[in-house]
Amino acid sequence: MPSLKDLKLRIESIKSTRKITKAMQMVAAAKLRRAQEAAEMSRPYAERFNAVLGGLAAAARDAGDAPKLLAGTGSDQVHLLVVMTSERGLCGGFNSSIVRMARARIVELQGAGKSVKILTIGKKGREQLKREYDDLMIDHVDLSGVKRLGYEDARAAAQNILERFEAGEFDVATIFFNRFQSVISQVPTATQIIPASFEAGEGEGEGASGPATVYDYEPDETVILRELLPRGVATQIFSALLENAASEQGARMSAMDNATRNAGEMIDKLTIEFNRSRQAVITNELIEIISGAEAL
Amino acid sequence: MADTMQFDLVSPERSLASMAATAVRLPGAEGDMTAMPDHAPVITTLRPGVVRVESPEGEAEFMVTGGFAEINAAGTSVLAERAMPVSEVTSEILDEIVAENARAREAASGDEHDMLSKVAAELLALGEELGISVKGIG
Repeated sequence: MPSLKDLKLRIESIKSTRKITKAMQMVAAAKLRRAQEAAEMSRPYAERFNAVLGGLAAAARDAGDAPKLLAGTGSDQVHLLVVMTSERGLCGGFNSSIVRMARARIVELQGAGKSVKILTIGKKGREQLKREYDDLMIDHVDLSGVKRLGYEDARAAAQNILERFEAGEFDVATIFFNRFQSVISQVPTATQIIPASFEAGEGEGEGASGPATVYDYEPDETVILRELLPRGVATQIFSALLENAASEQGARMSAMDNATRNAGEMIDKLTIEFNRSRQAVITNELIEIISGAEAL
Repeated sequence: MADTMQFDLVSPERSLASMAATAVRLPGAEGDMTAMPDHAPVITTLRPGVVRVESPEGEAEFMVTGGFAEINAAGTSVLAERAMPVSEVTSEILDEIVAENARAREAASGDEHDMLSKVAAELLALGEELGISVKGIG
């Protein structure tokens, strides 16, 4: 049975923890709103970009002279997995769910005899993957100093990946991130970025401009395509980063909400225990006094 | 013929402008061009320069550092990597972009180097056009 003093200290400590988790929850809620806004504002660009690129890509594929970024290197032996996670913890299963998905993919690819390389964005995923796959990790993009995610950050990451592709370090690149669905639901998603795939974009492009619109290209199609494809990679990474940021805040918000509620329950339980033992001490003292008086 | 068309300027981070325009002058990679309503569908890449929008409400100018434009009969969309109203451009911002370009140029070689050199020259011209001094490039 813990002493009264211990119980009191315990309750105090849980109370201050509750204050912290409550504050974190509110901060996450505010950041979530900002992250969602950022994600929304980036959407028009990404949609138009994919629509244009999708149209171009389809044309180039038909012509049969597609650049490597679009058509692939002709092999799928080496896979690069770009695992995007958060820089900070305390966000529930956010990081674990991405890592679990990436790990399943690694096992699957290795089982099929492919070689795998890992590039991590965000500290938490690196820590989790390092334990098992330290020898597969080729690089890490550090975003811990970034306060507000900008397109520049995505472009730098894309640049890094593209240089490795040019150097022939891998054949297929896939990004892993959490797609934001709602505060309580984030869906781990894998998207292949190299060679580029525009399934969704093509549909949109045809729907928006109609199949009748035939564009003139200036300079010609291949030049534009060569210039746009690397940007397409950056755009995809950027929207994935934004989705991930919104998901992270959403996950943290619900995790902290749970923690706050748990702390409240614990405080209630401990307070009852504290009151009981205080009452027991009082009763004990009374008994001692009374039996002392009777003995006189 | 319609009097106005839809003009949209979007960057990856936000949508900068969405308005009705009578004419849009674009710094196309192969020369400036002006898009008016019912223009033939064109997709062109952009060089660093100024996008001038004429609308019934007046003129608006935006600096873009590159990207591309999609023009069709209904409207013009500019997708710029980096864009801002000309009034917000300062020599610090231009310097930064030029420095970035210089760094990229050092790392690049061959065709890419030539392309970036061209971009650098265009950035200088852009500074001159806006009357903003830009630090020289080595």
